[in-house]
Amino acid sequence: MEVIFTMWQRQIKLFFRSKPRIIGSVAQPTLFLLALGLGFGPVFEQAGDMDYVQYLTPGIVGMALLFGSMMHGMSVIWDKKFGFLKETLVAPASRTYLLIGRCLGGATSTIFQGIIVFTLSSLFLGYRLGHPGVIPLLPVIMVIIALVFTLLGSVIAAKVDDFEAFPTIMNFLILPMFFLSGAIFPVSNLPSFVQVVTRFNPLSYGVNLLRETMNLELGAANLFDLGVLLTLIVILLFIGRRVFQNIET
Amino acid sequence: MSDLKNNSLRVIEVNHLVKRFNGLTAVDDISFSVHQGDIFAFLGPNGAGKSTSMKILTTVLNPTSGEVYVNGHNVVKEEHRVRESIGVVFQEHTIDEYLTAYENLYYHCALYKVPRKERKERIDDMLNTIGLWDRKHHLVKTFSGGMKRRIEIVRGLLHYPQILILDEPTSGLDAQTRFFLWNHIDKINENYQVTIFLTSHNMEEIEKVSRHTAIIDHGKILAMGTNDEIKAKTGTASLERAFLEVTGYSLRNA
Repeated sequence: MEVIFTMWQRQIKLFFRSKPRIIGSVAQPTLFLLALGLGFGPVFEQAGDMDYVQYLTPGIVGMALLFGSMMHGMSVIWDKKFGFLKETLVAPASRTYLLIGRCLGGATSTIFQGIIVFTLSSLFLGYRLGHPGVIPLLPVIMVIIALVFTLLGSVIAAKVDDFEAFPTIMNFLILPMFFLSGAIFPVSNLPSFVQVVTRFNPLSYGVNLLRETMNLELGAANLFDLGVLLTLIVILLFIGRRVFQNIET
Repeated sequence: MSDLKNNSLRVIEVNHLVKRFNGLTAVDDISFSVHQGDIFAFLGPNGAGKSTSMKILTTVLNPTSGEVYVNGHNVVKEEHRVRESIGVVFQEHTIDEYLTAYENLYYHCALYKVPRKERKERIDDMLNTIGLWDRKHHLVKTFSGGMKRRIEIVRGLLHYPQILILDEPTSGLDAQTRFFLWNHIDKINENYQVTIFLTSHNMEEIEKVSRHTAIIDHGKILAMGTNDEIKAKTGTASLERAFLEVTGYSLRNA
């Protein structure tokens, strides 16, 4: 168990020691929040009775989690390149625990980004939580969402050894996932074949769960969202275990 | 291996080890053993199969065929037992640049389950012997190559391994660091009976340091024994000459 804690702590230290990384990771979702919130908010409000900031904020929190978590996989490539991965691979420690620790660390540093987005939106765009009582639930849901994508990012990173290729592959995955998740506009108005695609998008379930919790619109359907995310974590852990078991440097 | 005591414990035992990568044979049916307390060197040109063998001994790679036992444990079936028994210093740096010296060593203790109460004392002791105690809270990225290597050597010893395995430990280091390093390794071997297995292509160093040497090339062991035995067998005066005699004088492109 200490192995998980050690790797968790290390990933968090690495994140918070790099000021440019903190600024960059917070700046991007903030920019999206401001641009979309201020730009599209009035349009959506004119078109219907929708309060766009209430809709958008959980979506941008989900976006921060998606981007931060997927890109966290970069640390696997980094550690491979600069050798630290080898130090952990010759240690008498379970590689599954090493992976879990890494991903929990990455997830923790990305929920920090999500919380910043949420705070900024509350302060400057007038976002209101459905009920303050849901606050304790938020970090839990955020960690679950972030774990899905840190695991996915790490598994891909373990397979791709290329510094340059990794961000390209990630962008190729991240952007469609982001746009087709319901993070910034409702997917229910999309053509039916696109709606099918959104059902295969893990972020759709994450954003839905997050939004309905934050805005207190929870229903039985959210248990399904949670179930999908937890199942994905188990599947990715299983795959990640195999990939890290066979990793050779 | 005439002076090898038959009753001494063999801490490394390799039988017919083969490693192939996509048709390329990096290690081609080698067998050798290292007895407890020995300083054993793998000497060979670049691309001879030294690092590959070393990665198999340290459980980073799995063998294609053959059997390898380290401290009595099979490297494939009992990898954790093997990992507990060895300290490893890789050819390239494997230290985390964005952690401090102390954090790097502390995390090593955590991964190797060193008892919590002993960690601080062991780390401080180790940092003292390598003269880096006053820099312990500095990030490793501010350190020179020699300082990083010193930390890696003591890191490999923090969990009190029976065997220390080093891959080209002195490549790229200045004379002072090399001198310190070999002295330190000698002392560890002498005082704590830690078996040393190392690879190198630096003949002079090997001649001074190792007690048994295997000359390896193209994945095969070409000569093995004490340095004097190897020189006697090849009729040469230095290990360097013996090495050239055995591996040939031509340049390598591999």
